[in-house]
Amino acid sequence: MRIHNRCDFNAGVLFLLIAAFFAVYSTDYSLGTATRMGPGYFPTMLAAIMAILGAITLGMAFSPLDAEDPPGRTDWRGMGLVLSSVLVFAVLLPIAGFLIAVMSLIILSSTASPEFRWKIVLPLATALCTLGYAVFGWGLELQFSIIPPIFTR
Amino acid sequence: MDLLANLALGAATALTIDNLFYCFIGVLLGTLIGVLPGIGPLATIAMLLPITYKMADPSTALIMLAGIYYGSQYGGSTTAILVNLPGESSSVVTTLDGYQMARRGRAGVALATAALGSFFAGTVATVLIAAFAPPLAEVAFKFGPAEYFSLMVLGLIAAVVLAHGSVIKALGMVVFGLLLSMIGTDVNSGAARFTFGIPELSDGIEFGVIAMGMFGFAEIIYNLKHSESRDLLKEKVTDFMPKKEDWKRGGPAAVRGTVLGSFLGILPGGGAVISSFAAYAMEKKLSKNPQEFGKGAIEGVAGPESANNAGAQTSFIPMLTLGIPTTPVMALMIAAMMIHNIQPGPQVMTSNPGLFWGLIVSMWVGNAMLLILNLPLITIWIKLLQVPYRVLYPAILMFCCIGAYSLNNNVWDVMMTIPFAVAGYYFKKWKCEPAPLLMGFILGELMEEYLRRALTISRGDWNVFIDRPLSATLLAIAVVLLIIVTLPFIRKKREEAFQGED
Repeated sequence: MRIHNRCDFNAGVLFLLIAAFFAVYSTDYSLGTATRMGPGYFPTMLAAIMAILGAITLGMAFSPLDAEDPPGRTDWRGMGLVLSSVLVFAVLLPIAGFLIAVMSLIILSSTASPEFRWKIVLPLATALCTLGYAVFGWGLELQFSIIPPIFTR
Repeated sequence: MDLLANLALGAATALTIDNLFYCFIGVLLGTLIGVLPGIGPLATIAMLLPITYKMADPSTALIMLAGIYYGSQYGGSTTAILVNLPGESSSVVTTLDGYQMARRGRAGVALATAALGSFFAGTVATVLIAAFAPPLAEVAFKFGPAEYFSLMVLGLIAAVVLAHGSVIKALGMVVFGLLLSMIGTDVNSGAARFTFGIPELSDGIEFGVIAMGMFGFAEIIYNLKHSESRDLLKEKVTDFMPKKEDWKRGGPAAVRGTVLGSFLGILPGGGAVISSFAAYAMEKKLSKNPQEFGKGAIEGVAGPESANNAGAQTSFIPMLTLGIPTTPVMALMIAAMMIHNIQPGPQVMTSNPGLFWGLIVSMWVGNAMLLILNLPLITIWIKLLQVPYRVLYPAILMFCCIGAYSLNNNVWDVMMTIPFAVAGYYFKKWKCEPAPLLMGFILGELMEEYLRRALTISRGDWNVFIDRPLSATLLAIAVVLLIIVTLPFIRKKREEAFQGED
């Protein structure tokens, strides 16, 4: 048995894991009958279908007819930097206010680019901060504090 | 005549100062995101959805959001023609001949062909919606829960068939979407399902969070490594007027594209993308000089560009008449109606005639605005194309993050985009299409509800879905579609049709 299609193999395993996850947790809810469905009925049904589809996908990965190039390497650095900038924004917004949160988001995410330069990023961050506040804070009256909330109290 | 009276009512709604203004904002934003690669109408509408809550009139909200959708079809072709990069997935095929025309010094004609073709298609599609929506709504009143359930099954199957890549994986993505929609409080029993005691999950996951994570963020991470160099046209774009020969070849192609696109747009899962591919394939088949395709044939621009705009607009028909979304963008339109307490379905036409007809008339007005935005003002959009990606993606990130926050004024939604971004990134790597997942997610709760009702009425007898003729027909179509797409011969053709997309 050789894996001819890495993409299908990975997707098949993932589908089976998802099916297992939902099937296991569906047991917490009553199934009921077809006439009077309980909250567990539809999810259990879906999990079963998911498991079948996962098994087929996994099976296809071993077929030479389905051969395909393996997927490229994961860009850990890019993913880490972009997503941690989102996380930093989410953490900072309530405690440090809009200004600091957006500045951190833009500077941190910009470092993910191979062509990172402070000379471009700093003016960009300032401009986007202004634009973001103009559109969301002033234009749409979204509720957030612009500077750290400690100073406004 | 009824139709005229209805259109007059629509005009009264669409032509108020407020609605004209938001229609303009919509098509302007649409053109902008259409021109910029890396952000599409789906993420944009998801981002703007919460703010439409502030609008007093639901028609205003829908008019603006619709403008973003069809406006992006215009903008997408500009990028395709001038930079050989599709601004939207529906303008992928336009790169083939549009960019070649531009390289031969006919960029102006290509842009004019795309804009005029789109305008023509938009006009025809508007009339089609006005003519066909009322009779379809009549049929919809005959639908019971069994029919609605079968219709949704058909919609999901069609979404799978029309997605590209492996059918099985697309089906898996649909079911994953359905499962994700189960998270949250079960409306029937009040049980909190799969919430693990997290209070933020009791209302379920926000659609916008999934859309922004999978389409916005995942795309950015993917593009960091795959960003192409853009070779922007250096010459000034002048001379828009197509010559007599161009009219003769492009005109009929635009008409054919419009017909095909209008038809495909109505089908569940259809919409703009598939319409443009089908139109290109058709033009190549019908042409007397197929060898010119890929070298700057005007039919290759006129056909697909008309088709994608027609498809984008007629995909509103099932949404407006049946209350069922056939594409992820239509699901967002439905969400916009629900924000304003309008229950989507065949009754909208009678309960909110101003909204219904106003939206239709606004589409034509919006198309006229787009023509002006895209031809005389083209130089502005060309300037925008020079913005490098390293400046663009932090801006997209910022707008998405604030957009996610504004869903509930809560940073929880911002954090939830992270797991979906990771999932979206790997789905893209493993060639699993995320669009079917969104379709499943949208329809999940409704499907469960209709399944439950249908089976309660039939006392648990599953035959109800095949005993009722309308329901049986819908299911039969779904089965036939699935069989057709797995036949080896069709499979090959289908792959050909999607060629060049990646």
